[in-house]
Amino acid sequence: MKMNGARILLECLKLEGVDTVFGYPGGTVINLYDELFSFKEIRHILPRHEQAGVHAADGFARATGKVGVAIATSGPGATNTITGIATAYMDSIPMVIITGQVPTALIGNDAFQEADIIGITRPCTKHNFLVKDVKDLATIVKKAFYIARTGRPGPVLIDLPKDVQIAQTEFKYPDTVEIRGYKPTVEGHPKQIEKAVSMMLHAKKPVIYVGGGVVLGDAGAELTELAERFGFPVTTTLMGLGSFPENNPLSLGLLGMHGTYYANMAISNCDLLIAVAARFDDRVTGKIATFAPHAKIIHIDVDPTSIKKNVRVDLPIVGDVREVLGKMLKVSEEQGDDVKQVKEAVGPWIAEIDGWKAKHPVTYQPSSTIIKPQYVIQRLRALSEPDAIVATDVGQHQMWTAQFFGFTKPRTLLSSGGLGTMGYGLPAAMGAQAGFPDRQVIVVVGDGGFQMNMQELATLVQNRLNVKIVILNNNFLGMVRQWQELFFDKRYSSTCMELPIDFVKLAEAFGATGLRADKTDQVDEVIKQGFATAGPVLMEFKVAREEKVLPMVPAGASLTEMVLAS
Amino acid sequence: MRHTIAVLVENEFGVLSRVVGLFSGRGFNIDSLTVAPTNDESLSRITVVTRGDEQIIEQITKQLNKLIDVIKVIDFEPENAIEREMALIKVSAEDDHRAEVLRVADIFRAKVIDVTPKSYTLEATGAPSKVDALLELLRPLGLKEVVRTGPVVIGRGAKGWRG
Repeated sequence: MKMNGARILLECLKLEGVDTVFGYPGGTVINLYDELFSFKEIRHILPRHEQAGVHAADGFARATGKVGVAIATSGPGATNTITGIATAYMDSIPMVIITGQVPTALIGNDAFQEADIIGITRPCTKHNFLVKDVKDLATIVKKAFYIARTGRPGPVLIDLPKDVQIAQTEFKYPDTVEIRGYKPTVEGHPKQIEKAVSMMLHAKKPVIYVGGGVVLGDAGAELTELAERFGFPVTTTLMGLGSFPENNPLSLGLLGMHGTYYANMAISNCDLLIAVAARFDDRVTGKIATFAPHAKIIHIDVDPTSIKKNVRVDLPIVGDVREVLGKMLKVSEEQGDDVKQVKEAVGPWIAEIDGWKAKHPVTYQPSSTIIKPQYVIQRLRALSEPDAIVATDVGQHQMWTAQFFGFTKPRTLLSSGGLGTMGYGLPAAMGAQAGFPDRQVIVVVGDGGFQMNMQELATLVQNRLNVKIVILNNNFLGMVRQWQELFFDKRYSSTCMELPIDFVKLAEAFGATGLRADKTDQVDEVIKQGFATAGPVLMEFKVAREEKVLPMVPAGASLTEMVLAS
Repeated sequence: MRHTIAVLVENEFGVLSRVVGLFSGRGFNIDSLTVAPTNDESLSRITVVTRGDEQIIEQITKQLNKLIDVIKVIDFEPENAIEREMALIKVSAEDDHRAEVLRVADIFRAKVIDVTPKSYTLEATGAPSKVDALLELLRPLGLKEVVRTGPVVIGRGAKGWRG
């Protein structure tokens, strides 16, 4: 059957299993939106800014594991997506972004609302396509989804000129996809896997260091089984939180700049480091020269470029993390007695780590009057549902959430780790709620980041996306303020927000519910009421203004050079 | 260390900018770069000369391989490869220098492709080091303009890459 390009795109999305898209109409996608008007299989959610639309698609993807889809018009619509795309690219989130483009005949003419979005997004997408002929459209969409979700996932952009949306052709969706330059390695090399298990069997002070790839690769169960079988302690990056339950005695929590004392000590003293789908980011390693100085390093990653990019690696294994961990489990099964022995042999090491845990637990100075932000996070954990999804923005509240929430399930933390995008949290939570209408979705934000995308309150109310917003309001851009306090002699240059906003009234102006707590004894009451109230709720907590995120490893210092809370 | 890397890519618009953007975005050097279609017209071959220690070169080849439009990457070892580039050289040639330019050109088997009363234009091919040596000898005679293609490279022996 002949169809126009706009309809073909929608049919392709349907066949890819897409049921929700986030998009903003405009001149060069008006034909697409006209088709969407009567296309009932896809729910379209209208954000109030294209950046938020892309973050929402990102949050949807992180929470559900499906490919997130966002639509924007050409020119300013497309350029507004950049921060969202770059955020997803840094954290390897599978997404397809569709942008309108001026008609093919006008491309390059500086036409109205024209931007070279293919050129602009080349360094922040996994791949991008300009569709020049409607006959290529179905194949390109097929390729885009395949590239977005396979290998190391990432955002793929399709630029769709207006005339291609109007042009007609026969629609046939290809069954298979063949890209000769793209063949991700799935299975790890069997010899390397055997070697890795053998190295594990000889370790005395091992640490498993887990990155976001374990969440993205749905390998949490395999990881947990492997760690428990060997009795090896596990530390995770921000992106890896949730892949290994933090209430497991082997959990060391977060490592790196704001990691736990014991995770950073364990890294600095281990003799074997097993990096699982992590990329040795500078916020994790601190000074490279003193990172895991005594350790042999095994690095498992689906992306060969991640291996040996920042640190030396003794044993690289390229492959899908779930596949590789599964094989390691299988290989180690055949060596049951040796595994038991190594579990015993690491006993003293676990005792040493437990000593560090007792010496410097993750802690803060509580207060019965002024609300401590860490306390709010602890109470959120206690009062929220066990499978609640928590999005964060970027800054101090993000680190406190990472330190104090205690994540136990994969895909329950949505946070911009790599790019560190302020403004991410609220729209990401919105996307997650669209993916899981019946689950509790909470977003923890600072007063700064919230103001970067607070227009999305309208989207929440309009679409009955019942996100519970938690603002830790210190009236500061707190993380930068903390750096200024520690490293710039308390010269608080442009970090005080000064204007006290009435966030409760703001929420009410959008038709949401607003609640506020000023004192510690009001915290539980506000959280309980917020969770019990139907619809989107904004809960503002006036927190201790100059509280710091600790421990802290100053940028570029060794992991052992921590500034501690106690 | 200098490396000559050949990259087989899809012959499509925008592919060259993906390759070049990768180098600039990640701070890798490009000493020279050539690109042209191969005998399979769906493919182009890029030859890029770059510099870096072992770790950087490993990153460059891995990052190139990661590009969806890149089909194959070969980091040629000098002893197993032949490199050639072409240079067009306009050199002043007046009075007693006219004969000297021709003598030098002859030694390097460079061809004269344009002549004026004041200049010769030479066409020279060879390994980059040979072109360097030729330029070194011509420089004192007065170089007016030099255009170099940058090297292309092919492996020694009977085995060829398809495309």
